[in-house]
Amino acid sequence: MINKLTVKNLTFGYAGDDVLHDFFMAIGDGQIVSIVGPNGSGKSTLIKCIDRILEPRSGDVLVERQDLFKMNRKDAARLVAYVPQNSLRVFTHTVFDVVLMGRRPHLGWKANEQDEGKVWEVLGLLGIENLALAFFSELSGGQQQKVLIARALAQDTGLLLLDEPTSNLDIWHQIDVMEILRTLVRKQRLTAIIAIHDLNMAARYSDRMLMMKKGKILANGIPDDVLTPENLGTVYGIKAMVKRIGDSPFVIPLSRVLAKGRGRM
Amino acid sequence: MRQALLRATPGLSWQAPGRTRTGKMTPMRQAHAHSVQGKFFFLGALLLLLIIAASFIITLGQVPMTVRQVYLTLFDRLIPSGLDINPILAHVIWDIRMPLITGTVICGVGLGVCGCVMQAVLKNPMASPFTLGISSGAHFGVSLAVVFGISFLDGPYFLVGNAFVCAALCSGFIIGLSALRGATSETLILAGIAVNYLFQAANQLFTYIADDEQRTVMSYWGMGSLSDLNWNSLWFLGAICLVCLPFLYGKAWDLNLMTTGDDCARSMGVDAHAVRMAVMVVASLLVAAIVAFTGVIGFVGLVAPHIARIIIGNDHRFLIPASGGIGSALLLIANAVSMNILGGVVIPVGIIMSMLGIPLFLYLIIRGKRREFWA
Repeated sequence: MINKLTVKNLTFGYAGDDVLHDFFMAIGDGQIVSIVGPNGSGKSTLIKCIDRILEPRSGDVLVERQDLFKMNRKDAARLVAYVPQNSLRVFTHTVFDVVLMGRRPHLGWKANEQDEGKVWEVLGLLGIENLALAFFSELSGGQQQKVLIARALAQDTGLLLLDEPTSNLDIWHQIDVMEILRTLVRKQRLTAIIAIHDLNMAARYSDRMLMMKKGKILANGIPDDVLTPENLGTVYGIKAMVKRIGDSPFVIPLSRVLAKGRGRM
Repeated sequence: MRQALLRATPGLSWQAPGRTRTGKMTPMRQAHAHSVQGKFFFLGALLLLLIIAASFIITLGQVPMTVRQVYLTLFDRLIPSGLDINPILAHVIWDIRMPLITGTVICGVGLGVCGCVMQAVLKNPMASPFTLGISSGAHFGVSLAVVFGISFLDGPYFLVGNAFVCAALCSGFIIGLSALRGATSETLILAGIAVNYLFQAANQLFTYIADDEQRTVMSYWGMGSLSDLNWNSLWFLGAICLVCLPFLYGKAWDLNLMTTGDDCARSMGVDAHAVRMAVMVVASLLVAAIVAFTGVIGFVGLVAPHIARIIIGNDHRFLIPASGGIGSALLLIANAVSMNILGGVVIPVGIIMSMLGIPLFLYLIIRGKRREFWA
């Protein structure tokens, strides 16, 4: 089986030390994969490197067998879509126009019937057609997140990268967004890679989890194998209990471990 | 399995989107189609209004004439038809008023469009050719010529040459400086504001050491005026517009994406830094050319895009032409007032522009049309 996404020897650093060094990762098709890890572990950096928002120093990113770094930006944007974390913007657009932007990699200069049809299709898919003419800045956080997911879907890629899609949402909208993602992955055979802080939300909706610390993957597998008290101790420096509730593991944090030499406080 | 998932997520519907089962357009789709039609209608109406306003304004002034006479004269000029044309009238229309009106329209369009694209690539509603120091760079060039007699061009256009070269150098400096830091919108704005203050200080220094006559030239130039435009300068400005404006309009989609943030733009296939650089270079060149001939009329570039945003929204496919149209409408009106309000005395148009434009602008932002297009 071909991996949907392969990341090989990826090295990236800002000014000083490398955030990611010789990073390797392979992800199969049709899955939800969560990337978890403490602040500064390189989750968001990894996602941005895969999408070429940040330019890595070296390495390759293959989607199926095509090397993203060897094609132009527009072609790459037909293979990978990105859902950003926050959406601070100066000039606001209507929801329709925001989603239409996702068609950009497919457009010539003019948007045609087909592109507009695609926009209506994804708006319908997410049940937000009634918001089409509303202004993005006037929406609630949950609605904004859905619009950004709609835009990524309009981009028509097989791979979605999401940066903390639930972090600013109330619990209802967190579940709503994750359910939508699960349905999309199952129904449209997408692959979704999600950088996320909420371990329990990740455990409940992910097919696989990657646990990162300081730019390295320390645990990788189904949620049951990744979310163990030992792993939580090494990666997060916390003492925790892991219970099984329903089909998925559930983390109950107990206390922090004040070990010497831990990189973060 | 699929059924179970659908039941679990009532928000998701897999029905044919956008249309009801009978294939009719949903109300939402109709509303969207109407809003697009509305934008086209507005652009058409704006164009019509510009033509009507220009036709009327050209008849104002010391020599009275009618709109019909103007059109007959122009027609005769283009296709000699042996019509009975008053030669004095023909001279006034063709050599004095036409260059002025045409120049006003060109400068208004250029400044409006440049303000609009600069606001977009800098993601900042306060960006305009004026705030970025291009005008004070041009002013510096003029001062250099007036006070020290240093000029880059000989002949009648030495002031224009100086203004253009210094404005271009100034924006080149800003753009180059920010390129060192990765060309983010913040570095561009900060560099622009800093350079603006630097040139202002230099201008103040020059004013301080200049004699009275030199001071008059400098301060007159700083007020902005369209009355020195002639056909030669218009050919030059027109040629630059013909190159720059289509280029900028061609970036409309990229600008839409860039207003949502560099990260998003890059992830959708737009190289944000490269587009920002290209747009800034082209827009600065156009502004430098306009400012060199007209002096400081900075306000149009700030206010026209915002009026356009309030009316038509932030889709640059519509916003760019609307900004240009509103820019030239504002400048036409301000120019007509400046030429005619005091009988024979022409007040510099930059002053009128600010005195009329600022209350209008404040009214528009405070009247509180519910939506904040720049927030």
